[in-house]
Amino acid sequence: MMEFFASLDYTPFILSFKLAGLTTLILFVISLPLAWFLSQTRSKTKPFLEAITALPIVLPPSVLGFYILVSLSQNSPLGAFFENVFGVSLVFNFTSLVIASCFYSLPFMVQPLQGGFESINKNIIEASYIAGKSQTQTLFKVALPNMKPAVLTAIIITFAHTVGEFGVVLMVGGSIESETKVASVAIYEMVEMMDYKGAHIYSALMVLMSFIILLAVYTFNSSKRIGGFAK
Amino acid sequence: MIHIDIKKKLHGTKGLMNLDVNFDIKEGEFLALSGLSGSGKTTLLRVLAGLEESSGEIKVGEEIWQDKDTLLRVQERGIGFVFQEYALFENMSVEKNLLYVNKDKKLADKLLELTELTELKKRKPDTLSGGQKQRVSLCRAMMNRPKLLLMDEPLSALDPSMRRKLQNEILALHKEFATTTIMVSHDPAEIYKLAQRVIVLENGKIISDSSPQKALVQHTGSQKFSFEGEVIDIVQMDVIWVAIIAIGQQLVEVVLSAGERKELSIGKKVKVGTKAFLPIIG
Repeated sequence: MMEFFASLDYTPFILSFKLAGLTTLILFVISLPLAWFLSQTRSKTKPFLEAITALPIVLPPSVLGFYILVSLSQNSPLGAFFENVFGVSLVFNFTSLVIASCFYSLPFMVQPLQGGFESINKNIIEASYIAGKSQTQTLFKVALPNMKPAVLTAIIITFAHTVGEFGVVLMVGGSIESETKVASVAIYEMVEMMDYKGAHIYSALMVLMSFIILLAVYTFNSSKRIGGFAK
Repeated sequence: MIHIDIKKKLHGTKGLMNLDVNFDIKEGEFLALSGLSGSGKTTLLRVLAGLEESSGEIKVGEEIWQDKDTLLRVQERGIGFVFQEYALFENMSVEKNLLYVNKDKKLADKLLELTELTELKKRKPDTLSGGQKQRVSLCRAMMNRPKLLLMDEPLSALDPSMRRKLQNEILALHKEFATTTIMVSHDPAEIYKLAQRVIVLENGKIISDSSPQKALVQHTGSQKFSFEGEVIDIVQMDVIWVAIIAIGQQLVEVVLSAGERKELSIGKKVKVGTKAFLPIIG
């Protein structure tokens, strides 16, 4: 049994987790100011920004993948710029996967964070301004510490969603061993090659890990809530 | 001296309304702001705090907070603000809530002692009672030694005995720091006890500006004492009619004459008084 598990090729899983980890980190940094802005603004641009942010939820991954592919390819101004200046290609490699994943998982980071910010009593934010603190200080010292469940949800859901992506990854990255062949793509290939045993094992592992991650989030969040009421 | 002259369009309960007020406050004065809900009291406080925009002028001593060319941000005004629902930073202990405003530990200790919170200073806000929370909020508002302290119905969420206790503490803090204060309140007893002056707003305009005694204590007619009330019910008991009248939090029964019975209807505002006071001995 142990030998069997030891003989498995875990590279696609490691790649999936590396991709998800990097995407989550980048998205957290990008989404924090965006979600904060969306939660605080009364500007008329808010619905437009919210709609754009939510697009990846409704678009087929192939559509998203297609546009990302077109705009990053060597024929595009952006792709050509990176190719000429830095000598790197933005498609069919790990970098392209990270860029694509950031678009694909954006709403899963922004929406829970925005919801978290909006759930904080407005007067608490104002009390911080009255105390002479800037928006940035208020964001880090008052807002974020008072919405830990939302932060955790955003991070975990983004991570899990990125691990689970398939269509966009396939479109933008293809299936290059150790470079773009993540777990979901590997399963797809196994099924195509009728390696059902491998597909079963990989799939079961994915189900198990996803379940554990989600269970951890819900357990943490419900304990937070109960703790709040009990006092 | 604080000079306030502001105008602002508001969406009130009765549609569009203009907040248009012009008054001065002396340094160290305790001013109560009263009036029906929707009359613009809270908006006025928020404008003074810099939390809402308006047109006009606000001048505090020699410092201009707002005029045609200047608009000091909320962070730059150095005010104290006490919200009705406390608005404490739940992630910080009582002491940290105070030190967040200003690192002056000596002042924090002094304030906590004045409000008998010293023993609770390591506790988180969600373990405190409403009265304790509001005391923390009051201390926090005093932490930047504000030129102006604004309180928006600070005690209305508390029960009567806790209210009285906190009124005493507000009074003690005002004595100690002599902070110019504006407090929104509906409670005549509270206003009488704390304030030196009352401004009453109606539909965004000042309709009265006087001492609490003038504004609140009403002597009309020749009654020894009289109370404002509302007729809740009129019932027949055997051969007489009795009106049930709500005066403040209390209901009283008043026997009606035949003439009074005809004039009164449920919901009518009335004055209940007596001209001949019969002392009861026993």
